[in-house]
Amino acid sequence: MNPVSLLETRDLVKRYDDVVALDGVNLEIEQGDFLALVGPNGSGKTTLLRIIAAIEPSTSGEIYYRGKIVEGSEMLRRATTMVFQKAVVFSRSVYDNVAYGLRLRKMSKAEVDSRVGEALRQVELDGFERRNARKLSGGEQQRVSLARAIALDVELLLLDEPTANLDPRSSAIMERIISWINREGGATIVLATHNLLQAGNFGGKLALLMNGKLTQVGGADQLLRSLVGPMWRFAGHENIFLGEAVPEGDGTALISLQDDLKLVAVTPRKGKVVAQVRPEDIIVSLAPISSSARNVLRGKVIGITDQESSVMVRVDAGKEFVVRITHKSFREMSLTLGTSVYLIFKASAVEVV
Amino acid sequence: MDAIIEGLEKALQLIVSGDPEVLNISARSLLVSGTATLLAAAVSLPLGLAIGVRSFRGKRIVRGVFNALLGIPTVALGVILYLFFSRSGPLGFLHLMYTTLGIALGQAVLITPIAVSFITSAIESVDPEIRHLARTLGAGETEASFAVLRESASGVALAIIASFNRAVAELGIALMIGGNIRGLTRVLTTAIAIETGRGELALGIALAIILLLLVTAVTIVTSVVGRRR
Repeated sequence: MNPVSLLETRDLVKRYDDVVALDGVNLEIEQGDFLALVGPNGSGKTTLLRIIAAIEPSTSGEIYYRGKIVEGSEMLRRATTMVFQKAVVFSRSVYDNVAYGLRLRKMSKAEVDSRVGEALRQVELDGFERRNARKLSGGEQQRVSLARAIALDVELLLLDEPTANLDPRSSAIMERIISWINREGGATIVLATHNLLQAGNFGGKLALLMNGKLTQVGGADQLLRSLVGPMWRFAGHENIFLGEAVPEGDGTALISLQDDLKLVAVTPRKGKVVAQVRPEDIIVSLAPISSSARNVLRGKVIGITDQESSVMVRVDAGKEFVVRITHKSFREMSLTLGTSVYLIFKASAVEVV
Repeated sequence: MDAIIEGLEKALQLIVSGDPEVLNISARSLLVSGTATLLAAAVSLPLGLAIGVRSFRGKRIVRGVFNALLGIPTVALGVILYLFFSRSGPLGFLHLMYTTLGIALGQAVLITPIAVSFITSAIESVDPEIRHLARTLGAGETEASFAVLRESASGVALAIIASFNRAVAELGIALMIGGNIRGLTRVLTTAIAIETGRGELALGIALAIILLLLVTAVTIVTSVVGRRR
């Protein structure tokens, strides 16, 4: 075993009756690591975090913390904390929520005041101290959860899809702070997510969990690029492409997907990248239109899938693109297989890792 | 009809004038049933918390037993307690017959299933993640249980009120264990039953009004305090 490992799991197994949630997970986390635990829903991410957080017992296997086997749960309890996917807050004031763990640690009133104030400032909720946490929006509640966790200044922070279902502002604030406490605060972070782009944006390490097994562990950038294809689709990622980015000097880059297919993206990156365009960010048009959008591709409809709230249209434009349009647009455009269309999207709609 | 109106008039007079007999009986009722509620709460809080928070084999059976005991007839319980408390009974040496402590203990037995059942429901209605959250923030088992209890405070308060109201309004145990001894074990319900039966309608009505006021006041005060929190 690596003597400097902060946390190591050995052959961790978790069974719920006949269901194997974790199947012999061996994971090493070094101090200061940022580890994104990636996998589809039901792959065991949450279970793994909950076992490390000592909320659930494992069926078998061991956990080592700083080289010492963790027996029972008390040893890890004060060194780690967790932010849950669904915001959980006590039905008390925001202040009391953030102060809860600090009071358990018998900190002085002045220390509690100062840490609560600082944590709330970081999550941009200063002034919310006296509000009842239950009466806040989902995004604000999740920011309270993060403030409550960072106020403790623990060595290991476990985050279970903390930005899932959040409004964009809360999501951005959360991501900024999570990065900051890892880089500046020196906290070791394990973040479960099914969003590969998010995992890529945080950088650090990436561990892929499939059906309760760790299939790959490595540097996020490298691993993500090696995964283009079916792996990305597991979490609903569509329009994922591997390409070569060449900066254009104005904050954008030209990404070559193949010889005759290039995308313009807002990114400072160069070299090998993964680019994604969300299906809802693409406009389908029967004729070329004059607009500010930098990406205009020509293609043919090769597939149509009727979904409850929208229609997914697959278009071959050199690469296969999936576009989401409304039923009304679909009817008005009379799209059928083979229809020639233009795909239009902004450079800022292209996300790059 | 005249008798009723006359009874009401006299009743109001008794209440307004602060009749010592009426005050005495009311205070005793409050003390006896208050004690019973405290005793029941002391048992029910940890029990309800344990049943509500933990999952164990036979949990449904345990819950079922307490639920079944909710509707136990007070007279039937009175007879059973009488057999236990009477001089020749297994607890006869405690000399609980015809004492207020005897009534309080009997009422505590009566209302404990109510308190346990309601407290368990209140605890179970709290998001299980609250307990986990407390644990991840560094709480031990006991501290995490307190966090859960605190989240269910309004439900627990309701359980305690319902228990008190059941105790203060029951007749069977107070009559069979207390014996309605004037100045000693006479409480509101026994006095209402006996005085009305004896034709002392005014006293009966006065005590009934006080009983109703007491029950209503306790409920209102508790809910107002609960809302402020």
